[in-house]
Amino acid sequence: MNRPRFILGFLIAVLAVAFGGFDALAQEVQEAIAAFAPAPKLTAADYPTIAGVNSRIAVWIFAQLHLWFAAFVLAVPIFVFIIEVIGMKTRDKRYDDMAYEFIKVSITAYSLTAILGGGLLFSLILFYPHLFNYLSTIFSETMFYYALLFFAESAILYIYYYGWHWLQGGFKKWVHLTLGLGLNAVGTTLMLLANAWLTFMMSPAGVDAAGVFSGDGWAAIHNFLWNPINIHRFVANIAYGGSIVGAYAAFKFLTASGPQERAHYDWMGYNANFIAICALLPLPFAGYYLAAEIYAYSQQMGITLMGGIFAWLFIIQAVLIGTLFLSANYYLWCGMGRSDGAKRYTKYIKYIAIVLVGAFLVWFTPHTLVLTNEELKALGGPYHKILGPLGIMPAKNTAVNVMIIFTALSFMFYRRANKVATVSWVNAGNAIQVALFTAGIANIMFLGIYHGYFTNTVYKVAASIPQVLTTVLVIVGSITLDSFIYKGSREVAPLHWGRIPGRAQYALFLLAVAFTWLMGLMGYIRSGIRQHWHVVDIMRDASPDAFTPTLGFAANVVSVAAILFMAMVIFVFWIAQVSGNKTLPSGYWKEMAT
Amino acid sequence: MKIPRLLQAVLVLAAVYFGFILVFDIILDAVIPSSLLAMYMFFAAAGVFMVFTYDEEQTRELVAPIKALVEDPSKRPWRNIVFVILPLAVGGGTYMQMQPSFEAPLELRTIHPAPPSTAKIYGKRVNLLKLENPLRKIEKEDPEQFRELVNEGAAVYIRNCQYCHGDKLDGKGPYADGLNPTPLNFQDVGTIAQLQESYLFWRITTGGPGLPKEAAPWISSMPVWQDFLKEDEVWKVILFLYDYTGHRPRSWEHE
Repeated sequence: MNRPRFILGFLIAVLAVAFGGFDALAQEVQEAIAAFAPAPKLTAADYPTIAGVNSRIAVWIFAQLHLWFAAFVLAVPIFVFIIEVIGMKTRDKRYDDMAYEFIKVSITAYSLTAILGGGLLFSLILFYPHLFNYLSTIFSETMFYYALLFFAESAILYIYYYGWHWLQGGFKKWVHLTLGLGLNAVGTTLMLLANAWLTFMMSPAGVDAAGVFSGDGWAAIHNFLWNPINIHRFVANIAYGGSIVGAYAAFKFLTASGPQERAHYDWMGYNANFIAICALLPLPFAGYYLAAEIYAYSQQMGITLMGGIFAWLFIIQAVLIGTLFLSANYYLWCGMGRSDGAKRYTKYIKYIAIVLVGAFLVWFTPHTLVLTNEELKALGGPYHKILGPLGIMPAKNTAVNVMIIFTALSFMFYRRANKVATVSWVNAGNAIQVALFTAGIANIMFLGIYHGYFTNTVYKVAASIPQVLTTVLVIVGSITLDSFIYKGSREVAPLHWGRIPGRAQYALFLLAVAFTWLMGLMGYIRSGIRQHWHVVDIMRDASPDAFTPTLGFAANVVSVAAILFMAMVIFVFWIAQVSGNKTLPSGYWKEMAT
Repeated sequence: MKIPRLLQAVLVLAAVYFGFILVFDIILDAVIPSSLLAMYMFFAAAGVFMVFTYDEEQTRELVAPIKALVEDPSKRPWRNIVFVILPLAVGGGTYMQMQPSFEAPLELRTIHPAPPSTAKIYGKRVNLLKLENPLRKIEKEDPEQFRELVNEGAAVYIRNCQYCHGDKLDGKGPYADGLNPTPLNFQDVGTIAQLQESYLFWRITTGGPGLPKEAAPWISSMPVWQDFLKEDEVWKVILFLYDYTGHRPRSWEHE
């Protein structure tokens, strides 16, 4: 640990300025920098064995559980803040109540995040002392600020939560909103700092080839993969947080005692699903950007990631992402039952389903197939002449853009279901929307096929950007147009909140479970592509666990961790429910007895 | 006559299944792998389930025959038949799946080996992350000379590589049928078009024995070409591979 050395350096600097001036200070700083040691070259003896515990699995599970909870508790304040603002603007108290209920769920989760973070820290120090020592040499300052920010986060969160009903109305509401903003700012900064540590291990910066730290902390933080991870995690956290509170609403819906309660939690589930979908839509692009940057940083890591040993986990990832889209759409379709006017649109659902499933099949078609010997002979190799081209990214990008556009279409139909447009140009408006969707899809297909298969890799990767922009244009354009078409529209009948089948709630559960598993598997891949390195090309992992485990083993560890996490989440839901229960024990208290 | 919804769902799935078989196995003569078909069918079934159950009334209609079979006293004989046949069919299917066969076991290898960051090639340590084809710059500087280099690469290829990788670079050389894994098809958009030239240099020069250990078993019969070809011959062959197939090497810069 170099904190004492830093403090000593600082004291020397102060004394040097006091007695010797700036030249002496510069010299001392130079000496301090020169004092950084190279990354240690370890042997198996440098890794303690404690109580027969497998070090890698212990750190793995603690890190994963911590990350799931951290993702949840960082995301909830983001959309709680937005919902609270909506409540303030519309003066609809339901939004304020819902925001409060969301933050209530995250309070217990916050404690669990801290406990699991402590578990991760202890397990790292105990099982990987040299790695922790090396990282803390480089990140001593960020670790120090991290701890301070953690206190700030706790303080703000508790005032924000416990002061919710106190800070209501007028100026007090503004104070409360400011606290919410502060909570998000601190939470996001915490995530950015932690991201710097893990991305440093993948794409080290601020160190030389031997791992000697240059003394420039910002260079180490701002390493090659820092921002791609930051963006991906920020968006993914919101989608994940939405899915977990959606599962909470589903849980409450299924255990509701009366129609009013059912209606409330149906509405809450709908909003949670809306949040999850909104963040899910840009997520594939954020993921693609991250993967492309990993490839750009290191061909070795890129191929290991998507073409090498982790390729089949990517197929599982594709399957889970497709499951997310299918569940989200299914929930919207079931939700149309709330409206008496939905019949006008339900006839289109089967076509949306055909496109979604078709795009989904392309999305997860592998490039290298699992073949029987007979099939291998019949095909003449492991590549399929028709299906093979669907196994590479241009086909995947095209498929996922189509899935996103059709999910947006499902959402538009849902929004329209209960309304009747009254503007005179409704037919023209609908025709423009059809044209927008058709042209957008044609453009996405053209970009995917032409640039994906008939130009070089630079354009192949770059074509994903206009594809995304087309998708954004179609969604934003059609929703904007829709808002004009339905301006002053009349409602068919009031929405029947609570009129939704129970199985739709299981779609919300599926969303949360699929997200959890997905994050666990992809988190493992992100970490696993370092292979036998603690810090890529700088600090080698010499522990007995330096090998890459089989995919089955890794999937089992992640699955066990996911089950643990789900058990803890159920505990969180239960605690949130218990806090509202009251028992009046008859004759127990003195006052009652008399 | 209206077809019952349960039968509709079964017919849709049957149509999807036989549709895949018809299109791939019969019309296109490119057999659809059973593992992939199973995945496709699972999610096609999920899609059918979603469409048939999002509405409460339609769901009741869908499950009505199943409910009647289980609950209706008049359906007792049918119930008994189904309750005998169904477990037998599941048991039989499981037995057929699990019974040992004489077929050689599957080899689930990783086809794309990840390159190391450095490798020892031609007696020197080469950084594969930074390595570039020294002849590539001639493409712009002197197109005529570049054409000559490509032709020289073609000659090297025809003398050494086409026996396995084929004279059309499609992996169908005269020896290809005797090899497993089969030689790579360079025309495929998923092979050299996805890779940097340094990757090809590493694969050609170090061959099967130079493959990394982390994704064994490697049984590639690719020779270690650094023992037979000169360094510039390898770079010329790489120029030829891209030139003939029309692919461009993976790079991060616009041209």
